Amino acid sequence: MNKPETGFKADTITLAHGSGGRAMRDLIEGVFVEIFDNFQLSSLEDQARIILSDLQSCGDRLAFTTDSYVVDPIEFPGGNIGTLAVNGTLNDLAVSGARPLYLSCSMIIEEGLELDQLKRIVCSMKQAADAANMQIVTGDTKVVPRGKADKLFINTSGLGVIPAGINPQASGCRPGDKILVNGFIGDHGATILNARGELALDVELESDCQPLHELVECLLHVCPEVHAMRDATRGGLAAVLNEFAEQSKVSVKLWESAIPLRPEVRGVCEILGLDPLHFANEGKLVAVVPAEAAASVLKAMQAHPAGRDAAMIGEVQADAVGRVFIETGFGGTRILDTLNGEQLPRIC
Amino acid sequence: MCLGVPGQIIEILDPQLNTALIAVSGVRRQVNLTCVITEGVQPSALVGSWVLVHVGFAMSLIDEDEANKTLQLLAELDELKDALQPLQ
Amino acid sequence: MTPVEQKETAMQYVDEFRDPALAKSLLKQIARVAAQISRPANRPLQIMEVCGGHTHAIFRYGIEQLLPPNIELVHGPGCPVCVLPMGRVDDCIAIAEQPDLILATFGDAMRVPGSKKSLLQAKAEGCDIRIVYSPMDALELARQNPLKRVVFFGLGFETTMPSTALTLLQAEQEGLSNFYLFSNHITIIPTLRAMLEEPDMSIDGFLGPGHVSMVIGEAPYDFIASEFNRPLVISGFEPLDMLQSLLMVLQQISRGEARIENQYRRIVNSAGNDPAQRAVEAVFELREHFEWRGLGSIDHSGVRIRERFARFDAEREFALPNQSIVDPAECQCGEVLKGQLKPVNCRLFGKTCTPDKPMGALMVSSEGACAAYFKYGAPQLIATAGGEG
Repeated sequence: MNKPETGFKADTITLAHGSGGRAMRDLIEGVFVEIFDNFQLSSLEDQARIILSDLQSCGDRLAFTTDSYVVDPIEFPGGNIGTLAVNGTLNDLAVSGARPLYLSCSMIIEEGLELDQLKRIVCSMKQAADAANMQIVTGDTKVVPRGKADKLFINTSGLGVIPAGINPQASGCRPGDKILVNGFIGDHGATILNARGELALDVELESDCQPLHELVECLLHVCPEVHAMRDATRGGLAAVLNEFAEQSKVSVKLWESAIPLRPEVRGVCEILGLDPLHFANEGKLVAVVPAEAAASVLKAMQAHPAGRDAAMIGEVQADAVGRVFIETGFGGTRILDTLNGEQLPRIC
Repeated sequence: MCLGVPGQIIEILDPQLNTALIAVSGVRRQVNLTCVITEGVQPSALVGSWVLVHVGFAMSLIDEDEANKTLQLLAELDELKDALQPLQ
Repeated sequence: MTPVEQKETAMQYVDEFRDPALAKSLLKQIARVAAQISRPANRPLQIMEVCGGHTHAIFRYGIEQLLPPNIELVHGPGCPVCVLPMGRVDDCIAIAEQPDLILATFGDAMRVPGSKKSLLQAKAEGCDIRIVYSPMDALELARQNPLKRVVFFGLGFETTMPSTALTLLQAEQEGLSNFYLFSNHITIIPTLRAMLEEPDMSIDGFLGPGHVSMVIGEAPYDFIASEFNRPLVISGFEPLDMLQSLLMVLQQISRGEARIENQYRRIVNSAGNDPAQRAVEAVFELREHFEWRGLGSIDHSGVRIRERFARFDAEREFALPNQSIVDPAECQCGEVLKGQLKPVNCRLFGKTCTPDKPMGALMVSSEGACAAYFKYGAPQLIATAGGEG
């Protein structure tokens, strides 16, 4: 990641950088305004001003979402908290079918954070936003005393516009629909678990953190009537499918052997007794589409780099039990529930 | 009650401490070999062997012949099933 | 349209024992042999899988609903987390609450409720509690934190005992003075005997715990056949292992035999593991009795640290509340454990007793029969709602 030279000089962030005084102004202008580099920020007003007619030309509804990002460690193979904060919010917009346009960025920094690390993260946010033609147009910075936060927390809100006629909904699944996912499951969760180092495993894995708006565009191009779509972040595939089943009052049947899983993720799960279907993903979406469109959607997804390993993993069934069933590779069936809390490694 | 996973010994780390690196589906982890070392055998002779790993300890050398015998028996049962079918 | 098969990410000694085609023929054989065994009406064959790992696999692979209706699997007491009494969890929290101390534990123990809170809650309140994969990782914490006391919460059956014993021996060799073990290790044999001695014991045969057996060998189970006339087959943990072992148990029953057999020969040596046994013998000695959640106190069913290693013993180092806390009176765990009651028929199941807030032992860990029913679904539910297709 290239690290542009900025005029701002200081080795670590201190409380002064959040005080509202000169140091804060230096931080904002020397890091955020300079790196994010757009006229909305450069004007240093208290708000971004967005021209309505530009939005109206893209569709008939605004999509508006917010998410806060806390992750330990804040930099990990395949990304950092900044790429998560951009792509995560971007993806929350994208899975509505929206074209993502604007982001806010609010940071809570623990004093003592190294400036170089902050700049690396801010730079990767800029790159991620640029890659999706999004602009980070407003923001805020707070610095809290050591121990009152864990290095860096980021909140981003996102604004996008949904084209007319596109309306995927968690309650939209219909019996017979097919369930598609755009690639390997659990990479992010396994990467973070490994990056923390507490369990002393050694494995080459990268977070799947990536933007999904282009993939969604390809998908909608062949199937504008997609019934339901979500990105499978916290709680993993299990949480998304349970929400679909509950809200649509159907049951979901998964074919376990069809779910794309990297050997390394499987290895981590076998050693620690974990279920990859509960691992977080940061670049995976689940799409529920009418059966007759499934093959062409799958093909369209596989043609895009973000969907190269896409697979059809299950179908919607009529039973109104609101549950997810997995047909195991072995021939049996079990329920896939959502977790009550964090998934913990087990020895028994 | 006890999660155990087959892994392959890929490297001896410390012959004094009986530690080695094992690989499970592309994941490496340090384990202790004390329970699979027989007297007079150098730990290095175990590189390439498969062991059952439980909480960071290799608890048993996997016996390839026995594994094959079990699979053979299962395959015979499978053939037996076909032989039985016409009678049912 | 058929599901898209992904390229297989094969694991040696695992995947070949999960072959669905072979499972089908095993199931056919199981049905055939089970049909030959004459039973009183409404009285299915009750086969107990002793080990919680088997319980977990049975639910994970959906094995139970593939079996013929005249076979009932009874999920046994072999989950060290489930049977950990609340008093011991309280003791552990009392240790964790000491200043300048790190408590290291397997992840399994984090949610086990004590009388007031779990380790997870104690951690939230500020205790320094770390999840480790291996007791050796706890030892590493002690090396890295010489100014703190590091206590490892030792849990598990004979499978896990050697690893903590060897860790303690290593600590002694290195002369570490800040490492302690809180031993809650338990031994399965006295508990099996206690269950078999119950007058209303109705189990017809057993799947023996494969990984315990790789340490202790085959001989300790002999009494089950010779004194109680029940077959036991030591079983591996993959679905084909368990089906084959079940078939072996049924074949014995159909021939009127009761022997100890070993299906898991690729891992289990008939004499067990000698270095492991020696390490356990060096470090631990039997307690007069130990309390099991759901089953009460059982003679000689737990181990403590020998006098020679007293300086590593958390029970000696810390003043512990050491209180025995009785299970809630409404709990019916004992009856479920003995096969007299199905989890779903317990009056608390899913009402006041859930994995979120477990009342009884069997709801505590995902290996507990009740938690497994709750999480993966009772076979009946799956059969009616999701089995087809």
